[in-house]
Amino acid sequence: MAMRVWKFGNDIDTDAIIPGRFLTIYDEKELASYAFEGTRDEFSKEADDGDIIVGGRNFGCGSSREHAPLAIRGAGVRVIVAESFARIFYRNAINTGLLPLVCEDAGAIKDGAELIVHTDEGYIESAGKRYPIDPVPEFLLEIIQAGGLVAYARAHPEVKTCTE
Amino acid sequence: MARGLTVAEKIFSRRCHREKKAGDVVMAPIDAAMIHDITGPLAITQFWEMGGERVFDPEKIILLFDHQIPADSIPAAKNHVMMRAFAEEQGIVNYDLREGVCHQVALEKGRVAPGDIVVGSDSHTCMYGAVGAFATGIGSTDMGFALKFGALYFRVPESIRVGAEGRFASRVGPKDLILRLTGDIGADGATYCALEFGGSAFEEMDMPGRMTCCNMAIEMGGKAGIVPPDEVTRAYLKERRSFDPVELSPDSDAVYLDQRSYDVSDLSPQVAVPHNVDNVVSVEEVAGRKVDQVFIGSCTNGRFEDMQEAAEVLGNETFSDKVRVIIIPASRDEYLKTLRAGLIERFVEAGALVEAPCCGPCMGGAFGLLAPGEVSLSTSNRNFRGRQGSTEAEVYLSSPATAAASALYGEITDPRGV
Repeated sequence: MAMRVWKFGNDIDTDAIIPGRFLTIYDEKELASYAFEGTRDEFSKEADDGDIIVGGRNFGCGSSREHAPLAIRGAGVRVIVAESFARIFYRNAINTGLLPLVCEDAGAIKDGAELIVHTDEGYIESAGKRYPIDPVPEFLLEIIQAGGLVAYARAHPEVKTCTE
Repeated sequence: MARGLTVAEKIFSRRCHREKKAGDVVMAPIDAAMIHDITGPLAITQFWEMGGERVFDPEKIILLFDHQIPADSIPAAKNHVMMRAFAEEQGIVNYDLREGVCHQVALEKGRVAPGDIVVGSDSHTCMYGAVGAFATGIGSTDMGFALKFGALYFRVPESIRVGAEGRFASRVGPKDLILRLTGDIGADGATYCALEFGGSAFEEMDMPGRMTCCNMAIEMGGKAGIVPPDEVTRAYLKERRSFDPVELSPDSDAVYLDQRSYDVSDLSPQVAVPHNVDNVVSVEEVAGRKVDQVFIGSCTNGRFEDMQEAAEVLGNETFSDKVRVIIIPASRDEYLKTLRAGLIERFVEAGALVEAPCCGPCMGGAFGLLAPGEVSLSTSNRNFRGRQGSTEAEVYLSSPATAAASALYGEITDPRGV
């Protein structure tokens, strides 16, 4: 199914996604009502279930606040495509059930366009064009396939560390 | 082909009891885990969601409140209550709101040793690399996992070597170096990498300066910032904890993703201008810019030595009455040192608000927020749009010396001319 694209630029930081004054909130729907406040106010009002965020380089840089992926998730978004992600945000996105997809050509995708994600086939499609996406690292795929880190942890009463 | 190891590779190899190299994915044991009042409640919730009952080791958990203290809202107060109950139930030492900013407290209480692998649910956890640990910021769900299992997945990172030689000129220091480096490497130039610092400038640098530099590794996307432990490290830790003598110097044939070298003797005071930390210029380029608020403090620059640096520039003068000056030592210990040296009295006489140890205006949550159109100069680590209040405000970042000079004149001022 095709979904609407919300296009953002480079270095979208976690303060832009959810400002510091809202960090006592943990409910994703409530967080979503403040998402991108002051940066892109219409997002929290108009974003719909299944919409896709497309960013440039270094999406989600800055703080480790998991409120950022939660605020995006609370707005109904499940997939973020970007040229690159900041490290902590990338892990947080996977852990909270968002799918972060790295696409070198993300810059070519237009705001408001429709986008179709073909995760297994390794590409996304917008305005009649296909763009390849990087595969998700194997050890993180295991977490995604388990249904997120919480589900993974529940399924593994113990973990084997590298010392063993 | 055999090759030498970086500091990061040595730390992971040591903890895994076998050689680990960049690119290896390991479930590594955690030597310490830090949670605070903003990200802690969600980490605890996720720990429970994962079926957690007892944390892996209460003695390895660092727990405190620093972002919203004393509670600035009822939700913040509730978060504190929730974390107090968790600490009590789990037998974790709770520093509560008494000790100060998490990263400063973790180091000064001797909770981190050279060669440790440490996680914190705060992005500036990379500061613990100042004592030769591999320390990195993680989200709350990863923290829930770490609290339960005492282990976490890591990809052993590639390293970027940053060598610095020479002596800093008067009123130029580690903050200027790390800002310059951030400007050169860029906000994502070290993503997934460890920044490994070395050279005579780092060898001669005191522990507070090393903390300032390691603290800002994340501003380049870095996973960690590390200064190999040496005599300075050992002297700092001696009165704080016992630790294994670990040899963590990088091998001469270690392989780096990139190597950079600096001569700090010709470095000028640096300023990060709105709205990105890598937007760095020499102070002359922005001198004269009016400022409404100056903040001297944070985990980046809230230590006694930073207070001394500001006080030395202040001398017997008075801060401009056009600027609000907020000074916050980063911990109770640093506050006491500043107090006993007579500097708190000097700052208050000069017109500053001196607050109790906490994160303060750095993250724009608790107090010291900016109105639209206002300008702040801050010794903290981030100047993102909206970071300290309104998205229409501007935040500049600098050293304590530049901040103090600017507070004297109400405009960005080169401290070398004061």
